[in-house]
Amino acid sequence: MAVVKDYPNPFERSPANTIGVIVIAAYLIYAAIDMDLSLARFLEGLGHGSALLDRMFPPNFTRWELLLDGLIESMQIAIISSVVGIFMSLFIGLFAARNMMPAWVSSPTRVIIALCRSFHPVIIAILFVKAVGFGALAGLLTLIVASIGFIAKLFAEAIEEISFKQVEAIRATGASFTSIVLFAVLPQVFSRFIGFSMYQLDSNLRNSTMVGIVGAGGLGGTLFSAFQRFDYDFVTAILLTIIAIILLGEFLSGKVREIFQ
Amino acid sequence: MSTINHQWERFTFQKKLARFAVYLVTVAAFLASIRTVDVIPEFFYDAPNQISDMFSRMWPLDTAFYPITVHAALMETLHIATLGTLVTLIFAVPLALLNARNVVANPVVNWISRFFLVSSRSVNSLVWALLFVAVFGPGVIAGVLAIAFRSVGFIGKLLAEAIEEINMGTIEALRATGASWASVLIKGYWPQVKPAFFSIVLFRWDINVRESAVLGLVGAGGIGVVLNDAMNLFEWQKVSMVLFSIFAVVILAEILVVQIRKRMI
Amino acid sequence: MAESQQNYLQIRNLNHEYEAGKPILRGIDLNFDQPGIIAIIGPSGTGKSTLLRCINRLINPTSGEVLFDNVDLTSVEGKELRRHRRHIGMVFQEYNLVERLTVIENLLTGRLGYMSAWNAWRRNYTQDDINNAFELLEMVGLKDFAKQRADSLSGGQRQRVGIARAVMQDPYVLLADEPTSSLDPKTAVEIMELMDTLARRKNIPALVNIHDVSLAQRFAVRMVGMSGGHVVYDGPPEGITEDHLKQIYGGESWLS
Ligand SMILES: Nc1ncnc2c1ncn2[C@@H]1O[C@H](COP(=O)(O)OP(=O)(O)OP(=O)(O)O)[C@@H](O)[C@H]1O
Ligand SMILES: [Mg+2]
Repeated sequence: MAVVKDYPNPFERSPANTIGVIVIAAYLIYAAIDMDLSLARFLEGLGHGSALLDRMFPPNFTRWELLLDGLIESMQIAIISSVVGIFMSLFIGLFAARNMMPAWVSSPTRVIIALCRSFHPVIIAILFVKAVGFGALAGLLTLIVASIGFIAKLFAEAIEEISFKQVEAIRATGASFTSIVLFAVLPQVFSRFIGFSMYQLDSNLRNSTMVGIVGAGGLGGTLFSAFQRFDYDFVTAILLTIIAIILLGEFLSGKVREIFQ
Repeated sequence: MSTINHQWERFTFQKKLARFAVYLVTVAAFLASIRTVDVIPEFFYDAPNQISDMFSRMWPLDTAFYPITVHAALMETLHIATLGTLVTLIFAVPLALLNARNVVANPVVNWISRFFLVSSRSVNSLVWALLFVAVFGPGVIAGVLAIAFRSVGFIGKLLAEAIEEINMGTIEALRATGASWASVLIKGYWPQVKPAFFSIVLFRWDINVRESAVLGLVGAGGIGVVLNDAMNLFEWQKVSMVLFSIFAVVILAEILVVQIRKRMI
Repeated sequence: MAESQQNYLQIRNLNHEYEAGKPILRGIDLNFDQPGIIAIIGPSGTGKSTLLRCINRLINPTSGEVLFDNVDLTSVEGKELRRHRRHIGMVFQEYNLVERLTVIENLLTGRLGYMSAWNAWRRNYTQDDINNAFELLEMVGLKDFAKQRADSLSGGQRQRVGIARAVMQDPYVLLADEPTSSLDPKTAVEIMELMDTLARRKNIPALVNIHDVSLAQRFAVRMVGMSGGHVVYDGPPEGITEDHLKQIYGGESWLS
């Protein structure tokens, strides 16, 4: 029998994993101490939690008129802001597309878009509430801004990805800028635009039920005041309505996407 | 031949009709909403003035405010985002496994986990925060849990999709070696979803940084609390300071994520 | 060990249907008691893959017995099944390696049936396993590729890794489902050679599904012809005649 030689372990225990685990553990402890988190507080909260659940169920739909008012306002906000936001995004996206516009137009437009998207809708909402007062108007403006931040960017990217052959073909016929956009650019990006728009309608619907929490109208306002009155069974009713409306929205936007694909 | 052609035409006609219906409904819904929405026109026309007035009062930024209050709150916000993202994994990973049809071949289990994932996503993080403030009182715990509960659905759904895309031949090969269920998970599924996993978690962390900045508006800790206080006192220069630092952190987080991703690929 | 290898794998009256009323395997009876390559030929869709998968229970056969190591595999579950599976090596047409792991670790996954999940996670392979893996890798000619990722290999190289992984299991029988179908003719011969060498060295039978009849005849010690879910030929490779091929594949125009 020959002496068997041992091969070295092919998996050099890189310390990276161990260090990673230690760092995460250390971070958890540090963060917990830093923020005064403790198990005792957590457990105490769990007690409140079960009490809260008791009060949340069964859901109470007796004040359905209030619920319906909020719901309608949310839908109004979502629809108007989607239509206006998408319409504006069409132009802003075109202006931001670097293959269609000179840099002195596209660059500032891009900065505007970046500003629109870097703030959470809720922050934009409180600013608008301070500026134009409580109510649906603040919500509308918020979601228009949010739509521009999201969709105009996607529009611009889609336009930048188009094939330029068709643009040149149409340009060669001596067409004006408008007809180049209408006949060479738009057909290439139309179905993607529909996709983005449906996504935005969806997310505006979600957000329209949220901005009300800071006073910008819609079902969120109804929800927030129910919370403040400790009206927890009504809270459940509102939450269920929100979930239902969002699922319905997802279903409908899926259908529309199918029609336009 | 002609019958096929005919059917094809009828199909597009139906499609055209459907498209037309969508346009019609959109316009009708828009007009109805415009007519009935509860907006006072004077307020609308006055909005540009009001807004520019507000911005003019925000200038210059109250930089002295940063070290006193903003910095600590900003750190707290980052902690909430990070802790929330870590906590969410405890729930998201098992739910993703239960939801992936190529891990658990039981439709009932798949649907139960899907139910949890959908519920998590349907409730906004601000609403989760309201609920947890009601349970744990105002503070960081509510914020962390709100972030965690909202992220479960997001991470769980994307992770389950990533799992469903892996090559099942590999899994079959490992099963054939007599490996236990857990070993197959570790050596078959995990290496294949690992890149997707990290990129999903990073992506969500980035989103969570933005979200955790507003949770304070309902009392769930972080920079939002400071923002809310400054707003309520109409201290616009402090407000702008806070907004600017949120902006900076969000941009930094995004750059960080992009850099990490580049290295991972 | 030599003793117990007598009659190692026995298939008795095996039937399988994926959908009720549509039998794919109809009463298969086979004994595998000699070492070397046993080639299974038959037209596409006749159930060759199904047969191999029924043996290690990747598919649960509808009825019949698979006797292996004196146990009926169709009657065991869970841990017990896995304990037997680890002695049945399997090789796949598409190799089915864990692409993102290194070549050497792919070999070591052949040992997963022998170790706890915790040790698998920690990569605590035993020194014996590591030695065996490297020796086997050298044997299949991939010594220099040990620390490369499996997805950087060519098809032929991947199949060598696939075979080495199966051999790492310390198998009493090898199952190979069209191991050469994705490879060029020269590589295909090399792979068959490798299977043959390993089967002889380990003194175990290797059941190989294969479409290339002449390649099969060149390496097999025995051939099994299947058609319509039945075994229609079982004997030495020299014994296959054109008549047999007609019976197995049907028609004759393709033969000329
Ligand atoms: N998962 C499955 N569900 C239903 N039917 C299946 C399934 N897998 C295979 N079949 C059917 O079983 C029959 C036998 O398939 P099998 O893969 O065993 O054939 P094969 O002899 O290996 O063919 P090939 O030489 O093409 O690989 C085929 O008719 C196939 O359609
Ligand atoms: Mg087959």
